Amino acid sequence: MAKKEEDIEKNLTGDDLPQADAIRSSWFKRVQKGILTSTSEKKEIQEGLWTKCPECKYTCTTTELSENKYVCPKCNYHHRIGSAEYFDILFDGDEYTELYANIRSKDYLGFTDLKPYDKRLEDIWKKSDLHDSIRVAVGKIEGHEVLICCMDFDFIGGSLGSVMGEKVARGADYCIANNIPMIMICKSGGARMMESAFSLMQLAKISGKLSQMSDAKLPYISLLTDPTFGGVTASFGMLGDLNIGEPGALIGFAGPRVIKETIKKDLPEGFQRSEFLLEHGFLDMIIDRKEMKQKFGVIFTLFKN
Amino acid sequence: MPSLENRQFIELEKPIKELVDELKDFRQRAEKNAKVDYSGTIDQLEKSIIAKREDITKELTSWQKVQLSRHPDRPYTLKYIDKMCTNFVEIFGDRGVKDDKAMVGGFAQLDGETVMVIGQQKGINTKMRQLRNFGMANPEGYRKALRLMKLAEKFNKPIITLIDTPGAYPGLEAEERGQGEAIARNIYEMMRLKVPVICVVIGEGASGGALGIGVGDKVLMLENTWYTVISPESCSSILWRSWEKKEIAAEQLKLTPEHMHKFGLVDGIVPEPAGGAHWDYDLAAQLLKKELLPLLQELKTIDPEVRIKNRIERYSKMGFWDEI
Repeated sequence: MAKKEEDIEKNLTGDDLPQADAIRSSWFKRVQKGILTSTSEKKEIQEGLWTKCPECKYTCTTTELSENKYVCPKCNYHHRIGSAEYFDILFDGDEYTELYANIRSKDYLGFTDLKPYDKRLEDIWKKSDLHDSIRVAVGKIEGHEVLICCMDFDFIGGSLGSVMGEKVARGADYCIANNIPMIMICKSGGARMMESAFSLMQLAKISGKLSQMSDAKLPYISLLTDPTFGGVTASFGMLGDLNIGEPGALIGFAGPRVIKETIKKDLPEGFQRSEFLLEHGFLDMIIDRKEMKQKFGVIFTLFKN
Repeated sequence: MPSLENRQFIELEKPIKELVDELKDFRQRAEKNAKVDYSGTIDQLEKSIIAKREDITKELTSWQKVQLSRHPDRPYTLKYIDKMCTNFVEIFGDRGVKDDKAMVGGFAQLDGETVMVIGQQKGINTKMRQLRNFGMANPEGYRKALRLMKLAEKFNKPIITLIDTPGAYPGLEAEERGQGEAIARNIYEMMRLKVPVICVVIGEGASGGALGIGVGDKVLMLENTWYTVISPESCSSILWRSWEKKEIAAEQLKLTPEHMHKFGLVDGIVPEPAGGAHWDYDLAAQLLKKELLPLLQELKTIDPEVRIKNRIERYSKMGFWDEI
C-alpha cells in the first residue's frame, strides 16, 4: 500500500495538529486539543519519560534521546526539534544571546479565516513560549563567533512572515557590522498566508540582505531540516554558500500532497528527501546532527584560513 | 483579438453578452433585409455595449478581479510584445535542459530603444494551453528567464518582465530539477542586476512563481489583475479546509491592484480598456507602453549602484510588526 504523503501545508493553518514528533507523543492520548509544550520547558523533561521513534518504533527515555541530540539511537531518525534544542546543540557551552526577541507579528490586514489572525496569534502566545516562527541568536561554535537564525515549526508551521523577514534582515546587518557568518536553520511549511503579499515580499527582502552579506564576503550557510517547503525553499533556503541537509529531511518547493494531486501518480520512495536532493545536485552535503557542531567548526576554519 | 462572433464571456459579463447577442441579431437582420434601416438601433447597441463594459468593471469584487485576470480572451505576454514593440527577436532555451514554453522572452525595441522583455505565456486555445503548461513554468523556464536577464545586463539593456502565472509548476520533474532553487536564484540575481528592471503583473500573480521574475526597481499591476502569496483556491483549501471559500479567501488576501498599491507593494496601476484588456489588445498595449516609457527614462538616469541599493531598500521596507 502506498504511504500517505505528509500534508505539509496543513501545518500552516496555525491550529494544533498531531505532530510527527515522538517527543510529544506520550503514552497518554491528548484529549483536549491545544496544549503545546513550550520549547524552553522541553529541555527539562523529567527523567523517566519515554518516547517512541515514529520511524522504527524504538522506545527510549527522553533523556537518552536528548543526550543523543534528538536522534533515534537505533535507526538514526532525526526528530523534529525547535530553536532551543538547536541552540543548545550548536552553541559552545549552551551560551548565546538572543537578538530581536521583541519583534512580534501583527495583524495588519485584519485577516480572518476560520479564526481572526490576531486572535490566533494571541492564543499561540498564551500557550507557547515562542514569540514567532524564528529566533535569532549569536554565540560561538567551536570558538567561531556565529549568528544563527533558527525556525520553530511549532509556531504556525514555521511560516515565513514579516517577523521572520525583519529578524533575518537585522541578523544580516548584525553579521555585516560584526563580520561574522550566518547559519540559517530552515524548518518551515512555507509562507504565512495570513500576511498575504507581505509574506511573499519577505523572500525578496531576505534575498536582498543576503546579497549584501555576499558583497561583504561573509559565509551564509543554509541548514535544511525536516520539513522545509514553499517560500523558504524558493528563496534563502536554497541560497547558501553551502546548502546542508539533515539526514532524511523532507525538502521541496511544492508539498508532496500537492504534487501527487497534480500528477495523479504515486511519488517514488525517498522523493524530496535530503538524499534525493543531494543526488540531484541541490544539497552540498548531508550532515548527521550528532556531528553538526564539529563539522561547522571545520567549515568555518576552512573559510577563514 | 477575437471578433465579436468568437468572443467568450465569463459569468460577470452576462449583461454584455445579452447586448452583444442582440447586436448580432440586428446585424443579421440588416444583412438579410436591406429594405429596413437598422443602423440607428445598431449604433445604439454598440454604444450600450461600451457603456456596459465600463459599468461592469467599475466596482468589481476581489474574486471578480481574479476571474477577469483569467479571462480566456485576455492578451498574454507575446501579444503585448507584438503590440508594444518592434523588431522582437525571441530567444529560446535555458542552455541546460530544454526550452520552457511557459516562459518566453527576447530583445525588442520599445519606442526605438532596445529592451529585454520576458514573461510567462499562456496558450490561446486548448492545444496551446497544454503546450504552454497554462503559464506554469518549470525550473528551466526560470533559468531561461535568468539567462536572458544576464544577457540584457551584458549589453546594458533595461529589462521588462510581464507576470502572468497561476504559480510555478508543482510537478515531480520540477522538484527533481530544483524548482525552489531556480526561483531562489532568480530572486537573488534580479536584486543585483545592474540594469533597470520593471515588472508588470498583466494577469495572475501567484506566489513564488510570479516573484521568480518579479523583483524590480518598479513593479506595476494592470487594473484587472491580482498578486499575492497563494491562489485564492489553494488558500481556501488550506485555511478553510474547503475549495468553496475562494471568494472569501480572495477578499481576505487583499490581492487587488488597489490594495497592493495602498500597501506600497506595487508602484502603480496601469489602466485597461473599458471592460478589461481583452476588449482591445491595441489599446491595452498602448496604455501599458505609456506607463513604461517615462519609468524607463527615469530609471536610466540613476547610477547602477544606487539603483541596486534602492532596489534592496525598496524590499527591506516591506512588512509589518510590533516592537515591544
